[in-house]
Amino acid sequence: MKYIDEFRDGDVARRIADRLATEARADRQYSFMEFCGGHTHAISRYGVSELLPANVRMIHGPGCPVCVLPIGRVDMAIRLALEHDVIVCTYGDTMRVPASDSLSLTKAKARGGDIRMVYSAADALTVARDNPERQVVFFAIGFETTTPPTALAILRAQREGLKNFSVLCCHVLTPSAITHILESPEVRQYGTVPIDGFIGPAHVSIVIGAAPYEHFAEEYRKPVVIAGFEPLDVMQAILMLVRQVNEGRAHVENEFTRAVDRDGNLAAQQKVSEVFELRPSFEWRGLGEVPYSALKIRPAFAEFDAERRFDVGYTPVADNKACECGAILRGVKKPTDCKIFGTVCTPENPIGSCMVSSEGACAAHYAYGRFKDIPVKVSA
Amino acid sequence: MVNLGGIRKEVSIELVPQAQVGDYVIVHVGHAIGMIDPDEAERTLALFGEMSAMAATESAA
Amino acid sequence: MNARDDSKGGTVRAGYVRPLDIRNGRIDMGHGAGGRAASQLIEEIFLAAFDNPFLRQGNDGASLAIPQGARLVMATDAHVISPLFFPGGDIGALSVHGTVNDVAMMGATPLWLSASFILEEGFPLADLKRIVQSMAAAAREAGVAVVTGDTKVVEQGKGDGVFISTTGVGVVPHGIDVSGAHARPGDVILLSGTVGDHGVAVLSQRESLEFETTIVSDTAALNGLVADMLAACPAIRTLRDPTRGGVATTLNEIARQSGVGMLLDEAAIPVKPEVDAACELLGLDPLYVANEGKLLAIVPADQADAVLAAMRAHPHGADAACIGSVTEDPHHFVQMNTRFGGRRVVDWLSGEQLPRIC
Repeated sequence: MKYIDEFRDGDVARRIADRLATEARADRQYSFMEFCGGHTHAISRYGVSELLPANVRMIHGPGCPVCVLPIGRVDMAIRLALEHDVIVCTYGDTMRVPASDSLSLTKAKARGGDIRMVYSAADALTVARDNPERQVVFFAIGFETTTPPTALAILRAQREGLKNFSVLCCHVLTPSAITHILESPEVRQYGTVPIDGFIGPAHVSIVIGAAPYEHFAEEYRKPVVIAGFEPLDVMQAILMLVRQVNEGRAHVENEFTRAVDRDGNLAAQQKVSEVFELRPSFEWRGLGEVPYSALKIRPAFAEFDAERRFDVGYTPVADNKACECGAILRGVKKPTDCKIFGTVCTPENPIGSCMVSSEGACAAHYAYGRFKDIPVKVSA
Repeated sequence: MVNLGGIRKEVSIELVPQAQVGDYVIVHVGHAIGMIDPDEAERTLALFGEMSAMAATESAA
Repeated sequence: MNARDDSKGGTVRAGYVRPLDIRNGRIDMGHGAGGRAASQLIEEIFLAAFDNPFLRQGNDGASLAIPQGARLVMATDAHVISPLFFPGGDIGALSVHGTVNDVAMMGATPLWLSASFILEEGFPLADLKRIVQSMAAAAREAGVAVVTGDTKVVEQGKGDGVFISTTGVGVVPHGIDVSGAHARPGDVILLSGTVGDHGVAVLSQRESLEFETTIVSDTAALNGLVADMLAACPAIRTLRDPTRGGVATTLNEIARQSGVGMLLDEAAIPVKPEVDAACELLGLDPLYVANEGKLLAIVPADQADAVLAAMRAHPHGADAACIGSVTEDPHHFVQMNTRFGGRRVVDWLSGEQLPRIC
């Protein structure tokens, strides 16, 4: 696979690892947050952290779309399916997010809800066309990457005059979440949680470009390196971050130049701003209310807004008290610091949001990294 | 229609109107969301390569 | 089996009945009512395809002669799959292969199968005939006989076309003792070929995932391969076919059952480039994708070469590889050295494998 295999070469990885070992100063610790779930997944699946020097630590950020989806929002989708007899379409990952009353979309489906997994927003439109007598709601989640396809679906529904299609919009914005983390008291108070820099998102940056990160680099003096989702991209980005830290720089650098430029995908941005506007505030699972961190459907497209079409108000629901997801998402705690990690909270029975998707910090550690917590004897 | 290692799948290119047949695109949830610049890809790979050359020189020294 | 249910076996009918309209006919509730229609369905579709001395006797069950002192193995498997026909196979072939393989993985020679069908009202007779003929061909190829069966019909909307349950019985040759609990630290893990072919072939046909590929399902009966392997090394500890949940899940099952750990070498695990690409596109991991014609074997290290050679000499084991070894590990982790140079846990599959979106 061109542009994929070359970026997974183990020999090159070892050479970058050697470089890192040479350049990372032994007299200090380096903590970098990879914001995006895609990077968390790459780091876990390829065993990237095994190749890092002991004093370079990766903190898994909140950039996993299903992890930050609050319980109350999933409850809305479940109510639409069970009480309003609506066909709810959503992305696969969303099906397993735990909601109120021990339900999830998967479990609501088992109780008779017509809930369908789709691969693309366009597939939800097809479901609407094929079922003209039923209302179809696309439960739209995700960051700036999944937003443009949702915008296209709404625009097309309008063009076709579809009367039975609407969107439950839960799209969220990356830059506001990063700001929120940087503003959190633990991170601001120097020394409590050192985040020395960020690996910037891959696919999100293709859409929004590199420019939106310039503000943090400058304002918070944190270097950002935008990286592709392949493991060599991640290794290289970590090396670039180490160099910035060593040289006392805090710039936005771009390792993913093959797909990301400063301005991003203007065609996609134009579609998004045509259909969506900012929400003054939105609740993130684990982070709480974050100002201007999400999108809603513009009044001009009100008929395609499931929140207006159906009587389903949003009720916030608190996470399980024992759950440390909030602190873990902000990088304050590690999954293993949580009392219920791996005991009560497992991928089969996720309590907190970080255990839901394989991109979540806890699920990634549980599925791929647990052996590091326990000394394991490997016989020859 | 995109081809990845012999797998062919139809995706929407509405978000990358400039895409031509033969271009490499990045696909997300059934939509091409961006293009891959082959020159930049080579440059990034060369950057990894450069590093290996440097490492090789160092280990030889 | 109540008295009114005479849909078992073949009943001898008197008088002329117009043959089934295979081309346009469909299953109706009458085909499950136990009357003449049911009897005709059995005779013209099932008996015609499976024909053997056991069925010809027309009894409600099969009377089987067991070799003196033999140990019997029995395994059962229910088959539901969408779509019913997929590249490289169909539910019929699958329902034979799945059960034959379960019996073979116990080290047994599979001999007899039972088959029960749950048909949905409205199911085309042409499709049923195609499925049953494919089953019969698969059984002949595997050297097993379908000796008894049953058919029921459910109302439209209460089934997914056809569900098939099969039970297999086989005989274990003397001196063979294969079990998932027999893996020991130091043993070697062998895999008979490329992973993920079946799952990808089926997914490629699923509505909304639809993609074009030349990958076909690997569905196959593995009893021939197993016989050759056991001939080369009767001391094989464990055999298992990595079906649902893939290689990752099967190895975790064995690790738990045997109370051991495992260490795999990612670079040694054969994956077809197209399967790799499809998994990339869908955000799946080939280690968790289903296979229907592959097996994992755990063998003592000093016998690994002999078993591997026997596997590679068989058409179903041409791509066989040594993919890792059994370790001592009280936590029963399956770990893997990644091609990239790191190490990670290969965990159980949790829930259904769903495409990732990020």
